[in-house]
Amino acid sequence: MSRFHGVDFYDVDSLLSEEERAVRDTVREWVDDNVTPVIGEHYLEGKFPKHLVPQMAELGLFGANLPEAYGCAGLNNVAYGLIMQELERGDSGVRSFASVQGGLVMYPIHAFGSEDQKQQWLPRMASGQVIGCFGLTEPDYGSNPGAMTTTARETRDGWVLRGAKMWITNGSTAQAAIIWAKTGDLGDADSIRGFIVPTDAKGFSAKDQKGKLSLRASDTSELVLEDVCVPKEALLPKSGGLKSPLMCLTQARYGIAWGAVGAAMACYDEAVSYAKTRVMFDKPIGGFQLQQARLADMLTEITKAQLLCLQLGRLKDQGKATPQQVSLAKRNNVSIATDVARETRRLLGANGILAEYQAMRHLANLESVYTYEGTHDIHTLILGQEITGLNAFN
Amino acid sequence: MKIAVCIKRVPDSETRVKIASDGRSLDEAGVKFILNPYDEFAVEEALRRKEKAGAGEVVIVSLGPAAAQETIRTALAMGADRGVLLQTDRIPADGLEVAKALAAELKDGGYDLILFGKMAIDDYNHQVGPMVAELLDLPCVTAIAHLDLTGDKKGGTAEREIEGGVEVVEFPLPAVLTADKGLNEPRYPALKGIMAAKKKPLDVKPASLGAGGLELVAMVPPPERKGGKIVGEGPAAVPELIRLLREEAKVL
Ligand SMILES: Cc1cc2nc3c(=O)[nH]c(=O)nc-3n(C[C@H](O)[C@H](O)[C@H](O)COP(=O)(O)OP(=O)(O)OC[C@H]3O[C@@H](n4cnc5c(N)ncnc54)[C@H](O)[C@@H]3O)c2cc1C
Repeated sequence: MSRFHGVDFYDVDSLLSEEERAVRDTVREWVDDNVTPVIGEHYLEGKFPKHLVPQMAELGLFGANLPEAYGCAGLNNVAYGLIMQELERGDSGVRSFASVQGGLVMYPIHAFGSEDQKQQWLPRMASGQVIGCFGLTEPDYGSNPGAMTTTARETRDGWVLRGAKMWITNGSTAQAAIIWAKTGDLGDADSIRGFIVPTDAKGFSAKDQKGKLSLRASDTSELVLEDVCVPKEALLPKSGGLKSPLMCLTQARYGIAWGAVGAAMACYDEAVSYAKTRVMFDKPIGGFQLQQARLADMLTEITKAQLLCLQLGRLKDQGKATPQQVSLAKRNNVSIATDVARETRRLLGANGILAEYQAMRHLANLESVYTYEGTHDIHTLILGQEITGLNAFN
Repeated sequence: MKIAVCIKRVPDSETRVKIASDGRSLDEAGVKFILNPYDEFAVEEALRRKEKAGAGEVVIVSLGPAAAQETIRTALAMGADRGVLLQTDRIPADGLEVAKALAAELKDGGYDLILFGKMAIDDYNHQVGPMVAELLDLPCVTAIAHLDLTGDKKGGTAEREIEGGVEVVEFPLPAVLTADKGLNEPRYPALKGIMAAKKKPLDVKPASLGAGGLELVAMVPPPERKGGKIVGEGPAAVPELIRLLREEAKVL
C-alpha cells in the first residue's frame, strides 16, 4: 500500500525535534494501515470504527500531552498537535474521538480534579478501558453555554443532576460523562461546575442523533439526566464558573487547529495525484492553468496553516499561548481546510462525490468542525473583542 | 536471553532517489531515511523472544553515519534496551568490511542470538548476516519466516520459505539468523516508547574499517521506461500482438 508523505513546502520538518517527527511518523503509519482502508465504509454505514480504540490506547494517543504518572505519554504540545493532524488526515471522526477523550474529558479531570479522581480515572482513560464524553451544549444553548439550564443540587450525600445535553460526541459509547451544570441560580454562570457522571447511573440516558450528513464515522448523542444522583466525589473540586469548560474547549480547539491541517493535507495529496493522472483534452488536467491555480492556492493555505500551528504549539509549550491565539488558529485552519476539501472535490469531477475518494467525506466532516468548539462566527467575535476591547456577543 | 540485532539506516523505498554529483553516491537532500524493513522483523522477533523469556536484553547494533542514531532510537522506541553505533561517514561498499566491524563488536558480547534482516533494501546484498556468522564461527540460518526456540536456550528450529515448499532447519545456540518478511508483524513504537528511547543508553564509537576489496565505481539510474502501446482491441488484435511479442519483444 502506498504511504502518505504529507506536504512540507517550507521544510517545517526541520523545525521539529526527532521525537516530534517520530511521533508523527508512527501515527501516520498507523493511520495508513488501520484507518484509511476502513474509513470510507464506516462513514457510509454511519459507524465509528470502534475496533480501533484499543490500538489507539496502546499507541498512547489518549491524553498524550498529560503526565506519565497517570499512564499518559507525557508529550509536548507540538507532538500532541501532530497526532491530531495525522488522525484527522484519516478522518475528523477519529480525531474527534481522541480530542474528546483527551482534551475534553481527561484534561478537566487533570486540571480540576482531586488527586483521587486523577488516580481513579486517568490511567483507565489513557488505556481506553473507560471512554468519556463532554456534555456542555444543550438543545437551546449552543454558542451561549453560559445560559445553560442543566442544574446540580446538593443533597446530604451528594448531588442531583437534572437537564439535557445535545450534540455530545461519544455520548452513547461513554462510560463516564463530564457534565457541566449550574449549582446556583439559572442566571448565575459563575455557579457552573463540572461533574464526573457514570453513564450507567439511574436516570441517565443517551440516544444517538440520526440522519447526520457530516461526521458520520463518529457517535453524536443526546443526553438526558433525570434526577441523576451522584456522590460528593463526582464534583470536580477545582472547577468553577463558565471559565472551566471554556478552558477545556481551548485545549480541544488547539488540537482541532492541527487536525484541520491534516484533513487539508489529505485532500491536497488526493488533488495533486488526480491532477497528474486524469487526462482530459489529451493532457493531464494538472496541465491546465485553472487547476494549477487551485493547487497553488491549496499549497499556500496549507503552508501558512502549518506554520501557524507550529508557532502556536511552541507558545503553548512555553505557557504563553492565549485562548485568542487558539481561536485565530481554529478559525483560520478549519476554514481553509474546508476550502481545500471543496476545491479538491471539484477538481476530481464526478469521482469527487464518491466515498472511494476522500475529499467529499472530509468536506462534509469539516462542516461539523466549522460549527463545533465555537463556530467560525464565535471565533470572529472573540478576535473582534480582543482587537477592539468591545463585546459584540450580545 | 541476550539478543543482538544488527540494523541499517536506509533510504525509504518510496522516496525518489537522485545520484549525487560524484556519480557514486546518493544525494541525501530531501531523502527520508528509515529502519531497513527486514531489520524491523528482526527487532520485533528479538523483543518477542525477550518478552517470552521474561528476562534478557536486546541490544541494537548499527554501522553507519551519526544520523543512524535516530534509526537506532526507532528500535529503542519499539522496546530494545540499548544501542551501539559504530560510526562512519560512509558505509563501505564491501559487505565483508561491515561484517568484520560488526563481528568485532559482537564477539565478546555473550549473545545467545544475533539477528539481522535478510538484506538491506538499499544495496540488496544479502551478505552481512552470513558473513558475521562465518567470522564468529556460528551457525547461520538465512531468510527465516518462522522461529521456534527450545525452552532450555540450547537451540531451535527455523523455517525458510523456499521455492515450492518450506525448509526446516535445526540449529544450536548461539546462532545467527536473518529475518524474512512474514516472520512477524512488527509493532508500532508506542508514544511512551518514543519518549523512553531518549533516555536509553546509546554508545557511539568510531567504526574501524579496512579498505575492503570492492570499489563502487559508478551509480547509474535505470533507463527511462518507454510508454507502452495498445495494438488494438478484442480478438482481432491477437495476431498483431503475437507478431509483436515474437518479433519486437522477442519473448515468444
Ligand atoms: C458533530 C458535532 C459534535 C459535537 N460534539 C459536542 C460535544 O461533544 N460536546 C458539546 O458540548 N457540544 C458538542 N457539539 C455542539 C457544538 O459545540 C455546538 O453545535 C456549537 O457550539 C454551536 O451551537 P448551535 O449548534 O446551538 O448553534 P447556535 O449557537 O444556535 O448558532 C447558530 C448560528 O448562529 C451564529 N451565532 C450564534 N451566536 C451568535 C452571535 N452572538 N453573533 C453572531 N452569530 C451568532 C452561529 O455562528 C451559527 O452560525 C457538537 C456539534 C456537532 C455538530
